Amino acid sequence: MNKPLEASATQLIENYVAAQENKQLLRFITCGSVDDGKSTLIGRLLYDSKLIFEDQLASLESDSKRFGTVGEDIDLALLVDGLEAEREQGITIDVAYRFFASDKRRFIVADTPGHEQYTRNMATGASTADLAVLLVDARKGILTQTRRHAFIASLLGVRHLVLALNKFDLVDYDRKIFEEIKQEFAALAASHDFESAQVVPVSARFGDNVTQRSNNMDWYDGPTLLQHLETVEIKLSDESHENFRFPVQWVNRPDLDFRGFSGTVSGGRIAPGDEIVVAKSGQTSRVKRLTTMDGDLVEASKGDAITIVLEDEIDISRGDLLASVKSRPEVSDQLAAHLIWMSETPLYAGRTYLLKCGTQTVSATVTEIKHRVDVNSAQHLAGKSVGLNEIAFCNLSLSQEIAFDPYEVNRHTGSFILIDRLSNATVAAGLVWFGLRRANNIHRQQLTVSKQERASQKGQKPCVLWFTGLSGSGKSTIANALDKELLRLGAHATLLDGDNLRHGLNKDLGFNEADRIENIRRVGELSKLMVDTGLITLVSFISPFASERKLARERVEEGEFIEIYVNTSLDICAKRDPKGLYAKAKAGEIENFTGISSPYEVPETPELTLDTEQQSIEENVAQIIAYLREHQFIW
Amino acid sequence: MGIAQSSHLKHLESESIHIIREVVAEFSNPVMLYSIGKDSAVMLHLALKAFAPSKLPFPVLHVDTTWKFKEMIAFRDYMAKKHNLDLIVHTNQEGKAQNINPFEHGSSTYTHVMKTEALKQALDLGGYDAAFGGARRDEEKSRAKERVFSFRTKTHGWDPKNQRPELWQLYNARVAPGESIRAFPLSNWTELDIWQYILAEKIEVPSLYLAQRRKVVERSGTLLMVDDNRLPLLPGEVPQEKMVRFRTLGCYPLTGAVESSATTLEEVVGEMLVARSSERQGRLIDHDSAASMEKKKREGYF
Repeated sequence: MNKPLEASATQLIENYVAAQENKQLLRFITCGSVDDGKSTLIGRLLYDSKLIFEDQLASLESDSKRFGTVGEDIDLALLVDGLEAEREQGITIDVAYRFFASDKRRFIVADTPGHEQYTRNMATGASTADLAVLLVDARKGILTQTRRHAFIASLLGVRHLVLALNKFDLVDYDRKIFEEIKQEFAALAASHDFESAQVVPVSARFGDNVTQRSNNMDWYDGPTLLQHLETVEIKLSDESHENFRFPVQWVNRPDLDFRGFSGTVSGGRIAPGDEIVVAKSGQTSRVKRLTTMDGDLVEASKGDAITIVLEDEIDISRGDLLASVKSRPEVSDQLAAHLIWMSETPLYAGRTYLLKCGTQTVSATVTEIKHRVDVNSAQHLAGKSVGLNEIAFCNLSLSQEIAFDPYEVNRHTGSFILIDRLSNATVAAGLVWFGLRRANNIHRQQLTVSKQERASQKGQKPCVLWFTGLSGSGKSTIANALDKELLRLGAHATLLDGDNLRHGLNKDLGFNEADRIENIRRVGELSKLMVDTGLITLVSFISPFASERKLARERVEEGEFIEIYVNTSLDICAKRDPKGLYAKAKAGEIENFTGISSPYEVPETPELTLDTEQQSIEENVAQIIAYLREHQFIW
Repeated sequence: MGIAQSSHLKHLESESIHIIREVVAEFSNPVMLYSIGKDSAVMLHLALKAFAPSKLPFPVLHVDTTWKFKEMIAFRDYMAKKHNLDLIVHTNQEGKAQNINPFEHGSSTYTHVMKTEALKQALDLGGYDAAFGGARRDEEKSRAKERVFSFRTKTHGWDPKNQRPELWQLYNARVAPGESIRAFPLSNWTELDIWQYILAEKIEVPSLYLAQRRKVVERSGTLLMVDDNRLPLLPGEVPQEKMVRFRTLGCYPLTGAVESSATTLEEVVGEMLVARSSERQGRLIDHDSAASMEKKKREGYF
């Protein structure tokens, strides 16, 4: 082997690594309207920082001839516009991430499209950015979308703003235009809470003031765009003052001798000996070891992926948040948050989604749309629904408590996404404002007598028997017969009837979507209380929507919810029509009547299906009793 | 060797480990695509780190086109043994029976049958709901817009216009039965990061990355290695020995070598630091048609 050569290669790498080590990372986004020249600007930064290789340049030349929009010149935008659809339309349709470095810093650029329908992409890019470059055509000045971009950047916690006044070559490098827009921009920036706001006049196409100082604008004495990106002071969050946060991702248990909790530190720092608390359960322990494949660590801080071993064997699983004992996160099942709506299907209060916050996933219902936010003026607007790319301030009610911090305190523990339960699409990004006080200050009282003790006294295992089916399908009749049979067998049961509850507990509720969901929430909570009392709880409730039945199911423990589908066809129900409701509904006298003017979603996997057309009530009851015996609810 | 891990590499390492753990925690049946190259080597190393002291909690899948460099196959088997990997090797038997090869059928058809189709078969066979891939965003333009969790339909299709937004470090891992995701833990790494990390962590890679005297022929500006006697020589072509190395590894008839004197990894990185040619140039499949990578990915290519 060629020893001297190797030594010099090592030297070269060491010098390189040493140079890189001192470079701070700046993550920024670029946003602008169609045709503001954003892709050209990034292409220019890559080109001037010599990150374009010769073969890329060759393919750029051939692409320029085919797709180019600048005549005979090389079209720098083609360096960054990756997808075929974009090239054909000449616009950027998605977020792209670019990497480049100067002598002073490393950069990750999220190139995000500016036109209105892609606000969600801008929010995506801004969620991890320290700085935002807003691109404006000098001929047009600050537009409505510039205001929108500033607002979204501010909302997502971006601290620094730069206005790149592009195409200055097309306004003859006129100083007056610069001064006018600068004033307007200062006012805009001041209306938000940014740490810095800078204006740079540039021509991305010709390179003026991008990386090279322009000879055409002697009157401008500020930094070039790159100089500003290299020198703007990025305050690193002071880790020593930040609170330790660690969402548990995965329990690492190769054998009985090792039990570690793997995850990424999302705030503060941690060392062996430190006391930690499991946020939701309140159990505490001390850190015994911080393990990695390469040996134990003496300390870990924000961003590190580690495995924690604790002194004590306490119950911890994925979704738990470990935190410093002295400054605990909030724990609540009620949140107030900003939602950035990303789905074409609008949001209405009452809808239920999956909410993922860190490693916690729970179901969440948007209980109230407090107001929508006009992204162009930051004004509050009233509204009952929230459409694609709109932002709203909402209250959410969760199926279980979660641990979190407000977004402005910690971007990681204060952010969440909402997922549609059927399409699995990500429909919203959420920023926690605060936990609602109801749950915050009412701490759970530990009861002395447990559910198990109450149940064993009664000689049974409690459960919910949830009868669902069309109006007139026979739910109440069968439930009543079953109730009687259980009494005869010496079991302790109770019967909740949807219609009866509407005369008492739920008499303040109507039949619109929000009220119907509140109705089912109350019935779910009530049946949970009954189960806690040790009772076999019969619920007779049309409950036409799968999502609503799921909501009720999630109120009780796994295995305690028995969904019974009373399967009677619409024809038979309408023929029976015991309450004369089908006749009225068909005459248009009742709105939203299940089966007629509102759908009934047949349960996909009920625990039991009862056939009322071929079988008698006695046979239906016997079928349920057999199920209860088989699964040892009664014996 | 005095090359320590920089804070930048540590950041990348942590981010990748987070992604790998998230996939394992959220999916029921993940698999890691292992292509034997340097990116796969780094990805495997990160996965071992993510779960230590536990064993890798998923199998490793290699799609064998039967045209890989011999040394790659030997290296693959060596790594599987060394790390006690659950290695699955899949070849499109239909394609093999029809003797689909890059010479008679062209690189486009060959890649489609022996790589894309083979991969889909292997994924269907295993019923995997998540597959790790070692792609990086700096490789190519359409990659720059790919998500970390890239959603695929039941037929493995990718719709670039309908990607799930990824904010913060929150990945939506929900899929319906039959659907899957491709997960890219190395999304934010660059080629140079990969090499630096290999040096810092002393990760083993096939010696094809190092310059050696190898038998090659020059064909339309590209140096092809004569790895076995299946490479048909064109009139006038005479294999000659040259000091060459490879910047990427794939099927030998589709992977161009570069002339180099770098016989150690340090020297390879040294050459990289003054390089004037980007990595994918050695890959012939990208040159076939404009936006070829995007087209392949929509069809299910990694």
